[in-house]
Amino acid sequence: MKTLLDCKKTCKVRVIKLNAAAELKQRLISFGVMKGAEVEVLEHAPAKKTIEVKVGKMRIALRDQEAALIEVEKI
Amino acid sequence: MNENIDMQGKACPVIANHIKVALVGQPNVGKSMLINSVSNAHLHVGNFSGVTVDKTEVLFDYKDYHFTVVDLPGTYAFTDYTIEERVTHDYLCAEDYDIIINVVDSTNLEKNLQLTSELLTMSKKVVIALNMSDEADKEGIEVNSEYMSELIGVECIKVSAVTKMGIEELVDAVIRNYENDKNESKLVFSEPVEEEIAQIVWYLDKHKYEAKNSYRNIAINLLKNNKKTYAKLHDNPIWTELQPILIEASRHIELHHNSDDIKEAFAEEYASFNRGVVAEVVKQKNQVQQKTLTEKIDNILIHPIFGIPIFLFFMWSLFQLTFEVGAIPMEYIDSFFGWFGDVVGATIANDDVRSLVVDGIIAGVGAVILFTPNIIILFIGIALLETTGYMSRVAFLLDGFFHKFGLHGQSFIPLVTGFGCSIPAYMSARILKNDRDRLLTLFIIGFMSCGARLPVYVLFAGAFFSPEMAGNILFVIYISGAILGLIAAKILKLTAFKGADEPFVMEMPKYRLPSMKLVWHTVLTKTMMYLKKAGTFIAAASMLIWFLSNYPKNVILEEEYGIKIEQAVSEEEKVNLENSLATDLLEQSYLGSIGKFSEPIFAPLGFDWKMSVALQAGLAAKEVVVSTLGVLYSLGGDVDEENNSLINAISKNISFPSAIAFIVVIMIYLPCLAASIVFTREAGGVKYFFYLLAFTSIAAYGMAFIAYNVTKMLV
Repeated sequence: MKTLLDCKKTCKVRVIKLNAAAELKQRLISFGVMKGAEVEVLEHAPAKKTIEVKVGKMRIALRDQEAALIEVEKI
Repeated sequence: MNENIDMQGKACPVIANHIKVALVGQPNVGKSMLINSVSNAHLHVGNFSGVTVDKTEVLFDYKDYHFTVVDLPGTYAFTDYTIEERVTHDYLCAEDYDIIINVVDSTNLEKNLQLTSELLTMSKKVVIALNMSDEADKEGIEVNSEYMSELIGVECIKVSAVTKMGIEELVDAVIRNYENDKNESKLVFSEPVEEEIAQIVWYLDKHKYEAKNSYRNIAINLLKNNKKTYAKLHDNPIWTELQPILIEASRHIELHHNSDDIKEAFAEEYASFNRGVVAEVVKQKNQVQQKTLTEKIDNILIHPIFGIPIFLFFMWSLFQLTFEVGAIPMEYIDSFFGWFGDVVGATIANDDVRSLVVDGIIAGVGAVILFTPNIIILFIGIALLETTGYMSRVAFLLDGFFHKFGLHGQSFIPLVTGFGCSIPAYMSARILKNDRDRLLTLFIIGFMSCGARLPVYVLFAGAFFSPEMAGNILFVIYISGAILGLIAAKILKLTAFKGADEPFVMEMPKYRLPSMKLVWHTVLTKTMMYLKKAGTFIAAASMLIWFLSNYPKNVILEEEYGIKIEQAVSEEEKVNLENSLATDLLEQSYLGSIGKFSEPIFAPLGFDWKMSVALQAGLAAKEVVVSTLGVLYSLGGDVDEENNSLINAISKNISFPSAIAFIVVIMIYLPCLAASIVFTREAGGVKYFFYLLAFTSIAAYGMAFIAYNVTKMLV
């Protein structure tokens, strides 16, 4: 199982599943991170603690813990 | 008010209709800016999530109507994820208003329409404002607003808050929609969902269920598990038959979406509808996938290695500027108040009144106004940080670091706001969802030295360090305050606020050139607040301090000295005698007694009674510390004309270790009265105020004690 955390910089993936709890899931969905969405990894903060991704036209920052809950596949 | 609107608005009749508009949109779509262009209100607009922390009402007249526009906090979706979202959601569901203006960002329609589609299932009329149309034009994005209106079934108006384009059309559309009946939105779902909706609608229709909202919307809300709709229907007799239908319907939809979460299923439904709409109405010219400017800037500013040093450099520059540039007009202000005091003093015959006006009010207020240039520069810096979008980048950079101390990357936003003023900082902590994280952040906001403490620092840095060093010292003071805050956070996290962390998911908004008008408004409003406080609160406090330091009068002492002064041989002896008279008088005054009484408490920190009094006065407001020192030293200090500035008095009368300890106490101890009240409200109970009082007092005393003794050993 590959998650968003495993992705390298500039890597483009598609979301297959969100393993987050209900609240966080709603949050991710409202940001456009949902099943079928294409996500591009833009930047890692020092020590990969935080990552910046692009969904559609929106850039969002996620912590490593949250990124690990997002199952993805390569496109 | 917009000029065009203003001209026509004058004719507004007395008995006009009211239109109450709820302004709703996702964060960073320029809602507050739009309301600014509509009504020219001085709202605070920022380019990071959480500017409108509470709803704000703006009133204006246009044509035959009185308008009340309620600016609601930005919300990504109809969830109650943060307190702000709860404010918006509750307002939209429970309050009385006529129409919704849904502000959307034209350059990012698909994401923005997520919220729109949820608004469309409410029983309210909606007008969509396609904001940032000018920016969309620049990016080659063409939105066909007429076609979009037709597709969604609600009016879509192109506007730009920046260029004021379409503002009038928007208000006209609001009136048109207000006067006419509500259009049913044309939001459609996939076939399986539509089938279920149709069945529920048919059932409601069969039983002639009475409701404000349309049957279709009720059906959608029921399927989405909307609690409020459920609650309404639950007590109705038809519920017993409706329930099994609903359960079956939900099962079908979940099956269709291959998910066990009906909300996720609906989010996907909305997303596909929105994708459809966007594909129809948006044309993107020059589709070349170039790196956007924001991405290029981000490559530098959030670079894994250079990002943090660049941020520190920005902060350092800000404090350098605050001191260096701020010092230039200070001399003029200082000499102005000296001159002003002399001129006013010459017109007053009565000794006591003159002393009250010159030594009390003018000295106290002048000492505070003196620091206005520094305050303005600091406010400009923070306003720039907010409006450009850099604030979110810093949250991104610092989250990993903050997380180690039990804080959230987004805590950074209230913390930086705290450098300006603690009050908005306490309020902006609402962006933190988790109550524990929010409380923790509230507790350490005070460690971020607010603008009102700046005068104290500038004063002491100026008194003990060379002008070249003073800026660096300021930077060190602020940074060490912040570091102490982090350590305090860690301690609190390990003891009082144990528990799971809040997830970190944050939007990184586009970089925007700050609108000068907006920065100007923000800085002007805050500076006026500072000056207003100086003119009212500080003036009153100065008078009180003056009274306490002048009474009770001691005639015997004055007479004794009077004789001695007359007999004095040299001019020097005369001056010395006058000084010691002033000092003796001050010591036996009410204020002297208070100071003397509390002196033993502060003696281990090396404070004399004047410093003790200044600190206690500072509990009301930090500016009062400076004005109190100003009053105390202008009375008891030098009479020598050339040497009468407060800075000199302080460097003469206070030892270096005591000064350091004093700065440490100012850094840590309880924020001002107003901020403490806001803190108590935001934290949700008086008990938290006492926790804060105990926590800050102990920390301040302990740290100051260490600082005093360490400095004493070193010097």
